[in-house]
Amino acid sequence: MKSTLTSKPPEVRRFQKVNEILDNFGNNPARLIAILQSVQEEYRYLPEPVLSYIATSLSVPRARVFGVATFYAHFSLEPKGKYIIRVCDGTACHVNRSQSLLDLIEKRLKLNNKKSTTDDMLFTLEKVSCLGACGLAPVVVINDRVYGQVNTDKLGQVLDGILLEEERRGTGEIE
Amino acid sequence: MTAVNLVEIAEKARQRIAGINYRVLICAGTGCIASGSKAVYEEFIRLTGAIPGIDAVVMTDDGCGSGVCDGGTGGPKSNGAVKSKEATSIFGTAVVSKTGCHGLCQKGPLVTVQPLAAGAEEIFYCHVTAEDVTEIVGEWIRSGNPVERLLYRDPNNGHTFRNSREIPFYTKQKRISLVDCGHIEPESIDEYIMRGGYAAAWRVITQMAPAQVCDEVAASGLRGRGGAGFSTGKKWQFALAVKGDIKYIVCNGDEGDPGAFMDRSIMEGDPHRVLEGAIIAAFASGASHGYFYIRSEYPLALERMQKAIDGARKAGLLGKGLFGSSFNFECEVVEGAGAFVCGEETALLASIEGQRGMPRPKPPFPAQSGLFGKPTVVNNVETLATVRDVIERGAAEFKKHGTPQSPGTKTFALTGRILNTGLIEVPLGTTLNEIVYEIGGGIPDGRNFKAVQIGGPSGGCLGAEHINMPLDFENLAQVGAMVGSGGIVVLDDTTCIVEVARFFMEFTQHESCGKCIPCREGTKQMLAILQDIVDGKSQPGDLELLEETAKVVKTASLCALGKTAPNPVISTLKLFRSEYLAHIDRRYCPAGVCVALKTYTIDPSLCNGCHRCSMKCPVGAIEGEKREAHRIDVTKCTKCGICASLCKFEAIAAV
Repeated sequence: MKSTLTSKPPEVRRFQKVNEILDNFGNNPARLIAILQSVQEEYRYLPEPVLSYIATSLSVPRARVFGVATFYAHFSLEPKGKYIIRVCDGTACHVNRSQSLLDLIEKRLKLNNKKSTTDDMLFTLEKVSCLGACGLAPVVVINDRVYGQVNTDKLGQVLDGILLEEERRGTGEIE
Repeated sequence: MTAVNLVEIAEKARQRIAGINYRVLICAGTGCIASGSKAVYEEFIRLTGAIPGIDAVVMTDDGCGSGVCDGGTGGPKSNGAVKSKEATSIFGTAVVSKTGCHGLCQKGPLVTVQPLAAGAEEIFYCHVTAEDVTEIVGEWIRSGNPVERLLYRDPNNGHTFRNSREIPFYTKQKRISLVDCGHIEPESIDEYIMRGGYAAAWRVITQMAPAQVCDEVAASGLRGRGGAGFSTGKKWQFALAVKGDIKYIVCNGDEGDPGAFMDRSIMEGDPHRVLEGAIIAAFASGASHGYFYIRSEYPLALERMQKAIDGARKAGLLGKGLFGSSFNFECEVVEGAGAFVCGEETALLASIEGQRGMPRPKPPFPAQSGLFGKPTVVNNVETLATVRDVIERGAAEFKKHGTPQSPGTKTFALTGRILNTGLIEVPLGTTLNEIVYEIGGGIPDGRNFKAVQIGGPSGGCLGAEHINMPLDFENLAQVGAMVGSGGIVVLDDTTCIVEVARFFMEFTQHESCGKCIPCREGTKQMLAILQDIVDGKSQPGDLELLEETAKVVKTASLCALGKTAPNPVISTLKLFRSEYLAHIDRRYCPAGVCVALKTYTIDPSLCNGCHRCSMKCPVGAIEGEKREAHRIDVTKCTKCGICASLCKFEAIAAV
């Protein structure tokens, strides 16, 4: 317990936002998943001290909160990158060679099975099961934008575009 | 509370659109949005000054509804529309509408130009970009003709079609739950009511007893469209018979099967139809509260379903004393958090309760003890979307489609190696041949049909020998497949069947919740064996071990996820055993997919000995004199494929 108390990142020391979320859901343990979704939207991941705080506030065991947070694929206990690249590997995308897209991204961004976020916190790569846009297979979703009938050339261009934009942002050329 | 007057709402909506000359329907389903339909929508409004959506049409003072828009937030006056005189005279008053999915996602963005005058012909455009809008509008003003190059072209014979109804993809279908998808604005409750919506709910609540509704639906033979195919009417009867102070109705929109997207399309394209089904189901089973559990991968479905609920509540179609009766009903949307197992009903209920989504043994069935321990009916999205039709036309009419055991229609998501991918709805009992060749247009690139995978990770494969088998619940179960949620993935001869089986096993293994040992450990072992086979590390006896493990997992698992997980393996073993054996005995992948089993060879008649490959081979496995055919030493080759990608003469191939 001691270590979590001392290693809290500064942004999670204040639980005011968490309190607001908890109040919105009436401190109801049955709404735990919705609470965690809102918290993740706020912090972009689920910081461990926040999970403990939620458990205390809802008067449920910490194990219950951590159990839910680690059970569902959408919750992440690790910070994610600015751009979340979700490559669909549902059946239709799989038979239309989505693996080649995953290979390309892993090679370009130097990611692998164990490392899904780039060191500069710009990209997180996720292989997801089905996004329900099978008519456009293979599909890649970057943040909220859906790209359909993607091939390695098209994906390469999209990545180039993002990197260029980030570079220009870095030099202050654009906001 | 005063009762809702549906007739009045419909009449007002009808008056409002009476002055409209043209309607442009632009598909705004997830597929078409990804292809850029939003820009097309905006360009139509900018160019023609058309009114954005029928709810933005306002009545003029004389009450004739000539549909002059006063702007609002997105109206033509406020967005500085370039509305030429010609455009105004030709179009008169035009409305541009965002619709749900037409089903033909691959050809998107889809645009339908619909003259509302009697006898006029509507025109259906494919692959429309914002740049094309000028041409569509211009051509229309000049000649009244459609833009030929944007019409649907039959991929096999090049024939073009003006009207979507004539396209073979649509002519062979029978659309009941999808009937209005792509033809109405999903966000307009008025349009839904104008087209007869909520009349079935009104009739049920004001003129029938709950038991009568259950009986009617039971008599129709409607079976759950989510997988297991249990009688919907019977499910409601069970819940009705159980005593309880509060009962729930849950709509299962956790469509997790990879390769299925009909529930998403219905929720995005016609959400009020699903909501009306839920109201009827609630009345019939005695429920007073409803939940729509929708997976978070479907943001648009979540948004439209929420809007539909808000709209219905505002109109007085949710709340206390519906239609002046004593029946109360409220409902809400719950967002999933990414767990396939939550499609299983008891796991789904646990998830709504804020728990880990783990299934529990049945009985007690949810109808006896479900959400928060109360009697609960869990129905799939498509099932609820079918209910309105059953009530409207009656059980006898409903049974006219489909087979005696499996009446009605079923939506299928047709994907994979096929020309027309998309969403279809056909009577149950339609053959695979009709689906793949007549609706789907056959296999692209001149390849051969190999199999279809139906029902996702719980389903199985059907091969060429099943091509004329009528698809219904019984026939599919008999050959070890299942209707499941209705994903049909077409596989051609470039697909390795063992790799497909491995793919599904990897999926179910990953999604196994870990509660029961047969599923948790069994799927892991099955995956390990399949991985060995595609990696060329299998041993004799592996197939027998695989079959034995499959049997245990199928028999002993707790829920349907585990019980059906071995299906893809069992059914492919039955149909394509020789392909498995080729991998094991000869270390050979007939489809040429499994990398570990590939052998790279150089065709001496094409190789001119340029040295390009031998210089780049990382392990020095290629030898040969300059200007003479080279050879690959298979004992050194690591099958990296660099040589094949470098060869300019296509002399190197993996077989």
